[in-house]
Amino acid sequence: MSKHIQPQLFDTNQEIEWCPGCGNFNILKALKRAFTELEKKPEELLLCSGIGQAAKLPHYINSNIYNGLHGRALPIATAAKIVNSELTVIAIGGDGDMYGEGGNHFIHTIRRNPNITMIAHDNQIYGLTKGQASPTSNFGMITKLQKHGVINRPFNPLSVAIGLNCSFVSRGFAGNIEQLTSILKKAILHKGFALVDILQPCVTFNKLNTYKWYQERVYNLDDEGHDPHDQQEAFRKSLEFGDKIPTGIFYENKENYLNTYEQNVGVDDQALTKKSDDSRDITALMLEFT
Amino acid sequence: MSVDFNIKIGGEAGQGLQTISSALAKTFLNGGYNVFVSHFFLSRIRGGHNFSEVRISDEQINSKKNSVDLLVALDAKSIEHHYDELNEGTVIVLDINSIESITKEADDVSYFDVPFTDIAKDISGHKIYSNSVATGAIVGLLCYEFQYLADVLTRAFESKGDDIVQNNINAAKAGYDYAQENYATQCYHMVIPKDKTTNKILVTGNEAIGLGAISGGLQFLSAYPMSPSTGAMLYIADNADKFNIIVEQAEDEIAALNMAIGASFAGARSMVTTSGGGFALMAEALGLAGITETPVVIYLAQRPGPATGLPTMTEQGDLQFVINASQGEFPRCVLAPMNPKDAFYLTVKAFNIAAKYQIPVFLLGDQYLADSSFTVPIFDQDNIDVEHWVLSSEELDEIEEYKRYLITESGISPRALPGSSKHLVCADSDEHDEYGHIDQTIENRIKMNSKRLKKNEGLVKEIFPPLEYGSNDSDITFVGWGSTYGPIKEAVDTLTKKGYHVNMVHFNEVYPLPQETVTSILKDKNSLIAIENNATGQFTKLLYSETGIKISQSILRFDGLPFTADNIIGKLHDMEMI
Repeated sequence: MSKHIQPQLFDTNQEIEWCPGCGNFNILKALKRAFTELEKKPEELLLCSGIGQAAKLPHYINSNIYNGLHGRALPIATAAKIVNSELTVIAIGGDGDMYGEGGNHFIHTIRRNPNITMIAHDNQIYGLTKGQASPTSNFGMITKLQKHGVINRPFNPLSVAIGLNCSFVSRGFAGNIEQLTSILKKAILHKGFALVDILQPCVTFNKLNTYKWYQERVYNLDDEGHDPHDQQEAFRKSLEFGDKIPTGIFYENKENYLNTYEQNVGVDDQALTKKSDDSRDITALMLEFT
Repeated sequence: MSVDFNIKIGGEAGQGLQTISSALAKTFLNGGYNVFVSHFFLSRIRGGHNFSEVRISDEQINSKKNSVDLLVALDAKSIEHHYDELNEGTVIVLDINSIESITKEADDVSYFDVPFTDIAKDISGHKIYSNSVATGAIVGLLCYEFQYLADVLTRAFESKGDDIVQNNINAAKAGYDYAQENYATQCYHMVIPKDKTTNKILVTGNEAIGLGAISGGLQFLSAYPMSPSTGAMLYIADNADKFNIIVEQAEDEIAALNMAIGASFAGARSMVTTSGGGFALMAEALGLAGITETPVVIYLAQRPGPATGLPTMTEQGDLQFVINASQGEFPRCVLAPMNPKDAFYLTVKAFNIAAKYQIPVFLLGDQYLADSSFTVPIFDQDNIDVEHWVLSSEELDEIEEYKRYLITESGISPRALPGSSKHLVCADSDEHDEYGHIDQTIENRIKMNSKRLKKNEGLVKEIFPPLEYGSNDSDITFVGWGSTYGPIKEAVDTLTKKGYHVNMVHFNEVYPLPQETVTSILKDKNSLIAIENNATGQFTKLLYSETGIKISQSILRFDGLPFTADNIIGKLHDMEMI
């Protein structure tokens, strides 16, 4: 850990609005640790989020924040990054926010490949609206809205991302802060779009996917010698979600063609705002209209 | 002799109507004429019946004309559809070999057969040059100096090599000569080049908005393509590299406006281009710009709705929508350009107002303005001022504590950019405190909502009064807004020449309306008649709600087509006003 920067540098005086015991607390802790260990300064960070309990997280980290609309953290984060590539940009939200309302942006941001990190607090339930099914809820799970059980097949963010040749695909578990911190650090350091899906028990509304339920199932891909550069193997692992649930880094794309969005539009080296100047002479353009 | 000559070119989509109309327009523009080019096309790539019109005049014109002086028929439908618009003695130019059958008799009009395709094949070896033959034949019939056309073709094709340039010029010259040798009186209508004393350009509204955006400091454009706004996006994309502008094709309009807001938050002058349907998807993000006080410019080119409506036609049907869109109450500004010249300067103004008041600003155009080409004086860049209204790093270093939403007298909080200093910048779509953190207390809500709305007081002072034109002492005053300026002005001019006392008051900065100024201009006018390209008089309602001024007579058009002076005068006759 750095001598100069302490974790409390990222503390804020905001009252935290999460339920006691919520998995979000550990995610917050891991993220602050990751920033500390990476020696980030608050002013270098931009945390973007949508709406939901998870999306309140930016308020609890001392940093620049843009807490926008439900589902729209990614377009905000992508555009902010392309305008100022010097910022470390993180998009944060829950499973409903990122995979439901924002599902289209999830797909197309992977294709665009900005150098940002997306953190999905995946608790397989809607919290802020009090207990309806989310895109990742288990098939058959009974909620107060889905009284006969969830009839939609769950959305699998990892296999979608790997199928799209996403730059970096990982899964953490809120019950393992150490591993989660390590994943978050790698995701932030990775150059390109990095997905960190985090299994996050909801102690209030999800009585199925509890800490205990996850603890009994999760294992670390590293322990199996998983090769994160093997897309097919990563895809196979992403389909595993039942008695055993893999965590860790599933896939890291090393292909040369996969430049970042900023590289592709030529603003990787310098912020757009520093490149553009105001004295624009359009005389030559106007003469094309004679 | 004064010139006001209207050429209509009809044919199927894909036959090159726009190639012919564009070459003709520049040929006459460069000879010193004012040219107005409009297009009617269906939402399809091939087939159907489309037409373009090139109106040539020595007066400043901003509108179409109803009657046709020369018809170029590339298909049989061109004759059937437009026969009633022809003046007595009008010549219809056609290649008889490529028209299936002609059902209309040549009574008051005459057919002039020019074998476009055969000449193209003979002279330049391929039928691809038949449009150049046709263009040459039209220029020949008007006995206009050929060199102007040769110059236009040279510039149009020079990127494709000397052979292609020469083939086009040869084909055009053959068409020109054919017309002069075979038309009974050599000249159908004499148009003589004038001295080119002023710097004029021929631009569409889309292009003028693109030029205004570039000149006004645009750095980031995100959009989802949608007619009729796409031309502006394309024009900016064509020139983006030269000016370090990023153009992003978003996955949908929701992403487009959110991206523009994200880019603006990080410090770029940002805009989106769209039409009504796309803007409908942006409504929530409009409010996001409102509550997070993030500057953004929204160019909305209107087309008739609801839903898909008439994608390639025109209407002023979205005014009430843009003024009322999104939940909640927050300041916004709506500018509605009269013509491309106005569009250029208003685009620059839109960016400056957005930056100064940290609000969304609309440029509300329509298909008529977006797609028609207007002759305008070259834009004056000396008066362009790019105002950022952002705290510099040096200024921020001197501030001890920074609050993004500091309560101020004007309602405007000094704006910092994230990463530009040690100070943190926090923005929230929730109601928030001065720091930008969630605050749901009643006291804070009242304070913050009032602060945002306070900006309206300064904003309304930025709005220029409407334009007044015509006789001071008038019996009739037309009240219009936006792109209907051209046809209304022409109606005023025509009626004035006939001895009527008419004038016009025209609004191009439509929201918010400066109540006192507007009232003082309109209160003493006789017989106000609202002219709007919609069915329900949306500006009339706005004027009433903002100023209490009631206009009870109106001329409304909502068939998808723009006004002409002839329409307006015809309606006045119907209303027994003249």
